[in-house]
Amino acid sequence: MNPFKDFFIDFQRCIGCKACMAACAECDTHRGTPMIQVEQVDPARSPQTVPMVCMHCKNPTCANSCPADAIKKDENGIVHSSLKPRCIACRNCELSCPFGVPIVKDDIQLMQKCDMCFDRTSVGKKPMCATVCPTGALFYGTHEEIQQLRPNSKPVNRWRFGKQKVETRVYVMVPHDVDEMVVDSPEFGQTGAGSILDSERDSGREFL
Amino acid sequence: MARLTMTPEEYIQKYGPHISDSPATGWDAKPAPEKLVKTHCCFCGMQCGIKLAVAANKVVGFEPWEDFPFNEGRLCPKGVKRYMQTHHSDRLTDPLIRTGKGFRKASWDEALDLIVSKIRGIQAQSGKNAFSMMSGVSLTNEKSYLVGKFARIALNTANLDYNGRFCMVSAGAGNKKAFGIDRAANTWSDIPKAKVIWIAGSNVSECFPTLIHYIWKARDQGAKLVVIDPRMTAIARTADYHVAIRPGTDSALNQAILHELIRKEHVDRDFVEKRCGGWSELARSVETCTPEWAGEICGVNSDLIRKVAELWGNTKTSFLLHARGIEQHTKGVDNVLSNINLVLATGRIGREGCGYGTITGQGNGQGGREHGHKCDQLPGNRDIENPVHREHICKVWGITDTELPRKGKSAVELYEAMHAGEIKGMINICCNPMVSHPDTNFAREALEKLDFFCVIDFFMSETARYADVVLPGSLQEEEEGTTTSAEARVVRIRAAVTPPENAWTDTRILLELARRLGKESFFTYPDNEAIFNELRVASKGGTADYAGITWERIEKEKGVFWPCPEIGHPGTPRLFEDQKSYHPDGKFHLHPTPYRLSYETPDTEYPIYLTSGRSVFHYLSGTQTRRIKFLVDQCPGPVCEMHPALAKKLQVSAGQLVTLETRRGQLTVPIQVTEAIREDTVFVPYHWPERLAVNQLTVHALDPISKMPEFKVAACRIRPATREEATKLRSDYANLKLEAPRT
Repeated sequence: MNPFKDFFIDFQRCIGCKACMAACAECDTHRGTPMIQVEQVDPARSPQTVPMVCMHCKNPTCANSCPADAIKKDENGIVHSSLKPRCIACRNCELSCPFGVPIVKDDIQLMQKCDMCFDRTSVGKKPMCATVCPTGALFYGTHEEIQQLRPNSKPVNRWRFGKQKVETRVYVMVPHDVDEMVVDSPEFGQTGAGSILDSERDSGREFL
Repeated sequence: MARLTMTPEEYIQKYGPHISDSPATGWDAKPAPEKLVKTHCCFCGMQCGIKLAVAANKVVGFEPWEDFPFNEGRLCPKGVKRYMQTHHSDRLTDPLIRTGKGFRKASWDEALDLIVSKIRGIQAQSGKNAFSMMSGVSLTNEKSYLVGKFARIALNTANLDYNGRFCMVSAGAGNKKAFGIDRAANTWSDIPKAKVIWIAGSNVSECFPTLIHYIWKARDQGAKLVVIDPRMTAIARTADYHVAIRPGTDSALNQAILHELIRKEHVDRDFVEKRCGGWSELARSVETCTPEWAGEICGVNSDLIRKVAELWGNTKTSFLLHARGIEQHTKGVDNVLSNINLVLATGRIGREGCGYGTITGQGNGQGGREHGHKCDQLPGNRDIENPVHREHICKVWGITDTELPRKGKSAVELYEAMHAGEIKGMINICCNPMVSHPDTNFAREALEKLDFFCVIDFFMSETARYADVVLPGSLQEEEEGTTTSAEARVVRIRAAVTPPENAWTDTRILLELARRLGKESFFTYPDNEAIFNELRVASKGGTADYAGITWERIEKEKGVFWPCPEIGHPGTPRLFEDQKSYHPDGKFHLHPTPYRLSYETPDTEYPIYLTSGRSVFHYLSGTQTRRIKFLVDQCPGPVCEMHPALAKKLQVSAGQLVTLETRRGQLTVPIQVTEAIREDTVFVPYHWPERLAVNQLTVHALDPISKMPEFKVAACRIRPATREEATKLRSDYANLKLEAPRT
């Protein structure tokens, strides 16, 4: 029996505690470095934070943009870190990923990212982040389970970034009337582009 | 004389806090663990189950304990990184005696002899009660019980108190007044069955992250969430109703809600008349407490008060939770009672999905406050002034009534007596008042007046710097024992490893001190289980009755809920199922809570409310968590949260360094401008010492009943920091990130 299940993110439940990052960094393959990130959305307005794992796209932009064919998706739909013999650390993956997930690590000249805890999920365990997450913002299980547990929301895995459509192995929980996550970026010169500057308002922790 | 002999920087250089970013075995692949020890996180009242990975007597990592019923593997970042404290390079491994400059290492014999001679000298000259003890409830039940007995028999002093006095005593006192028992009335498993979750003064998202799961489970089943908090915390952000009241006005809000419950006939008449005492007096006391009246006091819209009152009135099931936000006040007990009144007025208690409880903050905040750790208490949550209670304990301990001290001074009163020169000596274990005592400048002056000060700790806490003798004690993972979680579940704490090098377990230290004080015959325990078994006998017949709980049962049943009066008793997950309280009359006692002002409120000179609390990345005084790099990276030091409207008025901007001043002292911090706080209030977390302590600013005024200081309200003024203050702060901040030397 295939041990792999599905991964669901429920952004609204995130409390920004970063237990996921702390636990992810304990993994033997990348000890000391988390492969999951927690971002503040608009600290000047709200304590809202969001966890970001690799979304494991069905047609991964990172792999498609890799000139060295160093990023592979396996038969379970997991997109892996770059392959050591092939990766040329060109950062195409970093630039192309619509979710901003891959990071090329300078010290090892490789792209490392979340592989959904292959060592745990391949033997039927939950990924570490979804095991420790205290709120259920990160959930690993079946569609039946999540639908039964959270009847007020539903999972979607279709995204549109401007003109690019993306389907992901990882789901996000959204209200029932949403079928697709749409992210439109402002055109250059369009009024409102100033909002990007707004979002950089100092959170106050960077003063030193 | 308890005085510093070096600069704070020199202490930090020598003893830390240093931050460490690597496990004992480094960041290369982990050694294969020899065993996974099922125990609990040491960092809050949730007592989450966790497995510690151990190899060669070292804690090398952790694994989630998914079978433990409360947290099912879930953890917060402190729990995840907790294993990094065990073999930290800052660990104290030898007894230390103060010299003219810092400390020198000493043998156990020399250090213990010195302590015993000082205790004898002070007590011979100034009386038994001139030597005191201050403790803390991160200690296990066994150690808490032992400290209580050690202070009363070995030190023979009345003056023992504990850091719960800075934490949850108002809840305890309020619970005892209303219910005759000090415990959350339900286990957390009742939360998902409730249709209204009411959280008063608790930043659950930062202080008790693993409890959030239960709240969402309720919301997934359609429950509504109400959060009362001056700040929009992560849990308040998603609430159905966030009532952002002025600090210190909780009882007024609750009086208005009760007024509305009565007006809209939402009161369970049958329950309040048959099961409660004091209803008519309580009802009369809120006759004029309209939502408009409270809205004015609380600084919130009266319509919002009406809406939440209607929500509370109209539901069949509910769970009310509160924590330090309402408790750390000079009217903390009133605030607690005003919340309990809302629960009792609607009769929603003692049934499935009908719950109430304080969320205890410290690791063993529940168990540690039950077995004689407090100045007015004996094991089993007995009253030290009650002759029947005294007789029982005298029999268990084998002493006469005249040998058992009477009620002593509470924590802040101890410090006041030290300041006044009445108390001349102290042993301090598991407590870091140079961070956690209100008005730390006053606390420092008090410490400096001691003739002799001994600290038992595993790290050189900022308080230990003042000690004449520091004894290296043990961490939670170095001794067998039990704790009691905030839902009154007694759980097993396992010794994963032994204390490092020449450090001793806390228990061994206390037993050896007792022996040298000539009281060995009262302290003959072959192991820690024997201490627990004596605690069971001592607690028997008290409200916190552990008589039927054994270590074996706890492990087999994954925790037992007290009261559990005999072997074979199933334990008591939910209280009051018979609709009776633990008072002799069996009734629930209602108490009017007329609104009164906080000790200090803003005026023209100090126009802004200052309130304080926790960050998710630190535990209590930070002695442990300020040494773990991941946690320090996320939250290195104190920051002042301020609303943009207030920032504009003060002409300061995000990231700027400001100086907060109150009548006690001043504190320079960076500001974080955020709309997630009231315009009239600023917030600073409290985990840092000395010049970075927000407690330099707080008042040491006390609740008249619980003796809880008012951490949650002070009046302050704010101005841009001077160049000199800014330089000092930058240097203090840099010291917070000092790396541990590589070994």
